[in-house]
Amino acid sequence: MKLELRGITKRFGALVANDHIDLAVEPGEIHCLLGENGAGKSTLMNVLYGLYQADEGQILLDDAVQSFSGPGDAMSAGIGMVHQHFMLIPVFTVAENVMLGNESTKPGGLLDLEEARSKVEEISARFGFDIDPDARIEDLPVGVQQRVEIIKALSRNANVLVFDEPTAVLTPQETDELMAIMRQLRDEGTSIVFITHKLREVREVADRITVIRLGKVVGEAAPTATNAELASLMVGRAVDLTVDKGPAAPGDDALVVRDLTVTDLRGQVLVDGVSFSLRRGEILAIAGVQGNGQTELTEAIMGLQHRVHGSISLDGEELIGRSTRGVLDAGVGFVPEDRKEDGLIAEMTIAENLMLDRSTSEPFVKRGTLQLADLARFAEEKVREFDVRAQGIATRVGRLSGGNQQKVVLARELSRDLRLFIAAQPTRGLDVGSIEFVHKRIVETRDSGVPVIVVSTELDEVVALADRIAVMYRGRIVGIVPGDTPRATLGLMMAGETPAEVAA
Amino acid sequence: MTAAPATTAPSTTTASGASPITVRSWKAPIGFAIFTAIAILLFFVVGRPDLEGGNPTTTYRLSEARDAIQLPPLTLGLAETTIVVVLLMAAATVGTVLLSRASVRVPLWLTTVFAVLFLVGFLTWAAAGATVPMIGLLAGALTVSTPLIFGSLGGVISERVGVVNIAIEAQLLGGAFMAAMLGSLTGSPYVGLLGAMVAGALVSVVLAAFAIKYFVDQVIVGVVLNVLVLGLTSFLYSTVMVPNAETFNSPVKFERIAIPLLSEIPVLGPILFRQTVIVYLMYIAIFLVWFGLFKTRWGLRLRAVGEHPTAADTVGINVRATRFWNVLLAGAIVGGGGAFFTLAAVGSFGKDMTNGAGFIALAAVIFGRWDPIRATLAALLFGFATNLQSTLSIVGSPVPSEFMLMLPYVVTIVAVAGFVGLSRPPAASGKPYMKA
Repeated sequence: MKLELRGITKRFGALVANDHIDLAVEPGEIHCLLGENGAGKSTLMNVLYGLYQADEGQILLDDAVQSFSGPGDAMSAGIGMVHQHFMLIPVFTVAENVMLGNESTKPGGLLDLEEARSKVEEISARFGFDIDPDARIEDLPVGVQQRVEIIKALSRNANVLVFDEPTAVLTPQETDELMAIMRQLRDEGTSIVFITHKLREVREVADRITVIRLGKVVGEAAPTATNAELASLMVGRAVDLTVDKGPAAPGDDALVVRDLTVTDLRGQVLVDGVSFSLRRGEILAIAGVQGNGQTELTEAIMGLQHRVHGSISLDGEELIGRSTRGVLDAGVGFVPEDRKEDGLIAEMTIAENLMLDRSTSEPFVKRGTLQLADLARFAEEKVREFDVRAQGIATRVGRLSGGNQQKVVLARELSRDLRLFIAAQPTRGLDVGSIEFVHKRIVETRDSGVPVIVVSTELDEVVALADRIAVMYRGRIVGIVPGDTPRATLGLMMAGETPAEVAA
Repeated sequence: MTAAPATTAPSTTTASGASPITVRSWKAPIGFAIFTAIAILLFFVVGRPDLEGGNPTTTYRLSEARDAIQLPPLTLGLAETTIVVVLLMAAATVGTVLLSRASVRVPLWLTTVFAVLFLVGFLTWAAAGATVPMIGLLAGALTVSTPLIFGSLGGVISERVGVVNIAIEAQLLGGAFMAAMLGSLTGSPYVGLLGAMVAGALVSVVLAAFAIKYFVDQVIVGVVLNVLVLGLTSFLYSTVMVPNAETFNSPVKFERIAIPLLSEIPVLGPILFRQTVIVYLMYIAIFLVWFGLFKTRWGLRLRAVGEHPTAADTVGINVRATRFWNVLLAGAIVGGGGAFFTLAAVGSFGKDMTNGAGFIALAAVIFGRWDPIRATLAALLFGFATNLQSTLSIVGSPVPSEFMLMLPYVVTIVAVAGFVGLSRPPAASGKPYMKA
């Protein structure tokens, strides 16, 4: 089925998320929609899927104008979507999720689970998936959950399939498998829209590429285009994709973690006997697919986890058992992975957010009173130093872009005397300019002699920053390898395997 | 910190033999020990000094005069019974200590057996020297439970679709009022029952409109509705019903209908099958809600909306409409339960006659983990505790009546806090669904 979007415009208040976008996808073609975070890709696809109503423009399928008032309409017209955040009910089984909204029933209103099961099995067989129709979604790995999403779309006879940032949660191997599935679907005649900001994937799988920037189509490219060409189209200027980083000059061991184990309320082991050490002036990247214990590891160091066993010593001082306040006082700076939820208070101003972890003592608090003049001076200085683009220091943080929010967090954490710096997912959801800035500050911090831990699920980021790489899988460290380890090796390790050259 | 989003891989490995970490919960042994201590204190330290002569006995009557099959009464001696009960309770307590040390969960059957043991001991002690009418005790428990069960069924539906229903009390009270009013005016209890369902649904309309359309906090709307309906029915009661009780507040009650054969089963028959139409409707409602929720398209969609509304939306389910109509249905079911007060139990409306039943029903929803069958069992437990209190005060127990009146609520707190622990409500319950 041929899909055509003509002049789609979608506004949110004053913001124009999509500005007269034209897009045509031929049957049996993989069409990549490339753009930075916030460029308007997801908005466009939500319009296509009937979740949003376009302010202007038309959607055509096989040259017939469509009007979708909800996702139900889009689906019955033959559009399927694999969402970035899976649209699956965690407590339902695979079969129940696949049939939901499209249920066939037996007399008496009884759900026909048999039919749903055989549908799952039939589509699984076609693509070589190994999926138990009666497994509960929450018990399945993400890669498998994504396949359930694909089955769900195909079971509704989708002829146009949209993949919205599908590789964000996958290991490199799973990504390769997904690419193969996409090619197979294309060869069967399905039109595929593949939304991403990862250049590598685009060049590997795309038949055609459309680049979007700030809500507008800025150009088309062939899959033969170089990374640099695509990046400059996407960002609007020439971009240096490598991080400018000299060799590390590591000093003595600063942080020593021994047999660290973290369990949750129900007694499940989240971090399982992890040991590593980190030297001054060195960046240790912790790589791994989201949800393999990285979050809990950093939280344990910060005193944010309660069921912790083992030892974490920083310059000879034990951190376990200390309050978070005590950990901060020991000189630990922390950029949490969810800046909106844990890093900042959206309703407070830039200045107030900059003093959040120094709210108990001087310089900003004297005899229980805020020193507003001192705070303002400090905030003005930091806003300049970290290039935070805002009207002023009294601007509420919630109104800033993601990049500027992250700069506020960095400014706060890096303006104390640090003996350890931990940055979790420091560039998640940022634009290329901000990513460059954040990476530069992290390398500068290392060069000033501070030991740095960077937790990242983006292999590009890990490879760009790390002096050494620790790969986590299911709460354990699979191995600690040099920063120049090949991606293929890292990919295997992220899936829990220990390649021969690492084990040796 | 926030939990990992639902879409991430299970990051956990279960505690295995290799891991040094094992989880032990001492909740069960401590609870068992406390109840064993209470039993020893009551049976042996306090004892029954008011009773004279050797070993008093407690008689349990198992049949009523009109039953076709007569069972002989059961007589238990106080001393033997309490000694056996306490020994068994102590053994069970030791068992839980051993289980907990081995990090094994205490099975539910053990807790149930323990509770029944305590109950037998307690009844024998409290009613020593008297006769306990078992049929009356259990049938009365069912009577007290009936509105609670209707209330919890409505609560389960409402919360499963994603709307917290604090207004169960208001729906019960509104239903009771409307049933009395229409039942009196028309002389037909069936019209009264229908009116009660409409009244419950009307309360739901307000809840649904504010919670679903205007995103007002559902708990606050619910609390306000409870106060509003209490005020409204009390006002109408004093201004309309009291001066004209003949016209407005003397409904025709439902007759008890004995089901042939079934009602002749010893013990169970008189309890379950000599009841009014409302109770028979309740049996059907329990089955239908359970069947509907877990076996039909209606239930699948309803649960999807309560767990992950965005996902439901993306497969073409209208989230708001699903919530609206099911909250209305829940209100109608609860309202029908309210009719039980005026058309079956009492026979006329009284100010605040539900007296907190709606909140106990709410507790039953949580204790029953949002499952209609379990919630029904929870409601039965509370009903039993309430009726035990009134039965014991009639046969004359040594416990001060003020303490006995606390019993149902103590059971509620112990049950919800002690046995439920970490339970998982529908993920989107209480959260309004907003679309861009």
